[in-house]
Amino acid sequence: MKFFRLILANLMRSKRRTFLTTFSIAIALFLFCTLRTVITSFEASLRASEATRLVVRHGASLVFPLPLSYEDRLARVPGVTGVTYGNWFGGVYQDPKNQFAQFAMDVPTMFDLFPDTVLPEDQKKAFLAERTSCIVGRALAKKFGWKIGDAVPILGTIYPGDWRFVIRGIYEGRTKDVDENTLFFHWDYLNESLPQGRKDYVGIYWLRIASPSMAAAVSERVDDMFRNSSQPTKTETEKAFQAGFISMIGNIQLLLTILGSAIVFAIMLVTINTMMMAARERTTEIAVLKTLGFSDGLILRLVGGEALLVSLVGGVLGCGLAALIFHEMDFTGGGFFPNFRVLPETILAGLLLAVLMGVLSGVAPAVSAARLRIANALRKVA
Amino acid sequence: MRIPLAYNIRNLAARRVSTILTALGIGLVSWVFIFTLALAGGFQSALQTTGSPQNAIVVRNGSTAEVTSIIDRESAAAIESQPEIAKSPDGSALATHELVVLWNLPRKSGTTTNVVVRGVTAKSFALRPQVHLIQGRMFRPGLEEVVVGALAHERIAHCLVGDKIRLAGHEWSIVGVFDAHGTSFDSEIWGDVQLFMPVFDRPVYQSVTFRLDEPSHFGAIQKRLEADPRMSVRVHHEDEFYAAQSATLAALLRGLGLFVTLIMALGAVFGALNTMYAAVGSRTKEIGTLLALGFSRGAVLVSFLIESVMLALFGGFLGCLLALPVNGMATSTTNFASFSEVAFRFQVTPQMLLAGMIFAAVMGALGGWFPSRNASRRVIVEALRQA
Repeated sequence: MKFFRLILANLMRSKRRTFLTTFSIAIALFLFCTLRTVITSFEASLRASEATRLVVRHGASLVFPLPLSYEDRLARVPGVTGVTYGNWFGGVYQDPKNQFAQFAMDVPTMFDLFPDTVLPEDQKKAFLAERTSCIVGRALAKKFGWKIGDAVPILGTIYPGDWRFVIRGIYEGRTKDVDENTLFFHWDYLNESLPQGRKDYVGIYWLRIASPSMAAAVSERVDDMFRNSSQPTKTETEKAFQAGFISMIGNIQLLLTILGSAIVFAIMLVTINTMMMAARERTTEIAVLKTLGFSDGLILRLVGGEALLVSLVGGVLGCGLAALIFHEMDFTGGGFFPNFRVLPETILAGLLLAVLMGVLSGVAPAVSAARLRIANALRKVA
Repeated sequence: MRIPLAYNIRNLAARRVSTILTALGIGLVSWVFIFTLALAGGFQSALQTTGSPQNAIVVRNGSTAEVTSIIDRESAAAIESQPEIAKSPDGSALATHELVVLWNLPRKSGTTTNVVVRGVTAKSFALRPQVHLIQGRMFRPGLEEVVVGALAHERIAHCLVGDKIRLAGHEWSIVGVFDAHGTSFDSEIWGDVQLFMPVFDRPVYQSVTFRLDEPSHFGAIQKRLEADPRMSVRVHHEDEFYAAQSATLAALLRGLGLFVTLIMALGAVFGALNTMYAAVGSRTKEIGTLLALGFSRGAVLVSFLIESVMLALFGGFLGCLLALPVNGMATSTTNFASFSEVAFRFQVTPQMLLAGMIFAAVMGALGGWFPSRNASRRVIVEALRQA
């Protein structure tokens, strides 16, 4: 480590180049973290899903609901310890661009099934007591500046009409992966407002089972029970259900991965080039060091260490910047990424990538510097 | 006097490795730029060109997608009897009423997706002249037959002509494949609406689409239908209706693309700066010689700038070459207004390639400017003195 200062001095001799290289690496890593976070934020719902929760929906299509009468039959299936249900509301708040999810939920049972949705006791009481009330996630409330007591007007698309819900609570997620961008209101209120033919239908049932190992058996049992009815069901774990939704986004994930790789690769090429130029300029100097008795191995480490140091500093800058910016901004991409947050795994991967870039870009100049023949190199001095 | 171009070309050729690495770096940035343009462009045109400006679509008030809309038979008949609707050759109104449901079907890759199954009438084809059969034949009304869109045919399992597909408890023969010219209809399955209604247990339509006899009559018919007390509907221009569904996601894709490319371009400009500074640094003596020979400082500046732009254009050209195979690649995402799958193809247009080249040239010019200015400002004696 006593040569660390020599490496630093070498880097400082062309401050401009060191600065430019460090920043181009920082930029590459910043973009890597951003694209990676787009993907992980899609997957946040997977991490928030509970292995003991099953989702029951219509077997053929999302747009068909199930009868309310299934509730009792589902509750009696052995292994099921709790049932709640809700409907996707799909309304529009002011402008279609304000996308966020609204669910009509069976409020008395929802907190039992979703203990990760945390609401202060007094707010919960107020929510339960008022049929036209709703609760909203903390992030959503912050985004639109809502406070408890505000009325939220929503234009129904699936359930036509102008709806108004009074906010009686602001919930938080127990973990960071729980979505805080949803509005929940009373299923009963929705149901009583519907015309006769559409009453008493449920979009999704959630079941809690006694242990994760029973998931397959309970799912099969439920689906068998309704197989020959006019409304067959499809039961799966919450994780599988969410995975189905994520797969709807399609190959965007693959595309982002391709983009991310192209970016890292492009910057790596540029860095390799810079490192090679830096080493080439110092041919004479390296020969002098060797003449003084610096071993080939030490020269290799000195030149390679320079590349590694630049990459690491760039990596820390890029990843740190990404984490900081997206944390401060509360970025949600127009509601598409309700959980946009740079994960520690992403930062770790970014730093590893920076090290990899440092090693790869340092290898060629380091090896050629180590192999340098003193006599040849010194001859170049005019 | 200008410094000959051959000087720059030979310089680039002399530093081969460095030239290729820098050009590849810039080329990849251009590639990413073209790639994101092609992605956003393909997705947008899938939904934006789905409708025709001459057509109007009627859905239930508040519905942003057909799936959530309901138009009952009486309302449909009332809509189709409006006087502003164009007439088909046999004198009937050029209008169609359609049933739209989402159906869970497996992709070829094994995952499942929500496919739009659309019950159509003969007029549906007349209203959308871009839809034409490319394989097999049309379904026969009253029979359990369907035709599938080109992208559904390509991406959904069991969608070949002759296959049978299971929908609503019935087996449907696939008798044909239609091409809808890159619109979202390409991801759909079409069959006879009158047969679909009882089978899918839907007594109502989802939308009514018609051709206007005069585009200027849109306002009149919109006003009349939306005020009609018998129904609660909204009348949209067909093209605007579909375009609105893509607005958020297309804006997001474009925004992401722009963000990524701009930031990445900054990185590439840094790279170009580095390369050109090094090029200038290692040629100090040469520059001194050029100036001593009588070339003006302006000529040196221009020469180095040209060299940098040439390097970047070479990179841009590589980027364009790499972008060509992307054209026509099919991928899919979801129309979040209807939760249905929209497949689309990447579209690399000549304009995008040109934009990629211009983008590369700008990166080269920016990256070359400071080093070139630096070169042109050298003091002759000092430059020549240097080793």
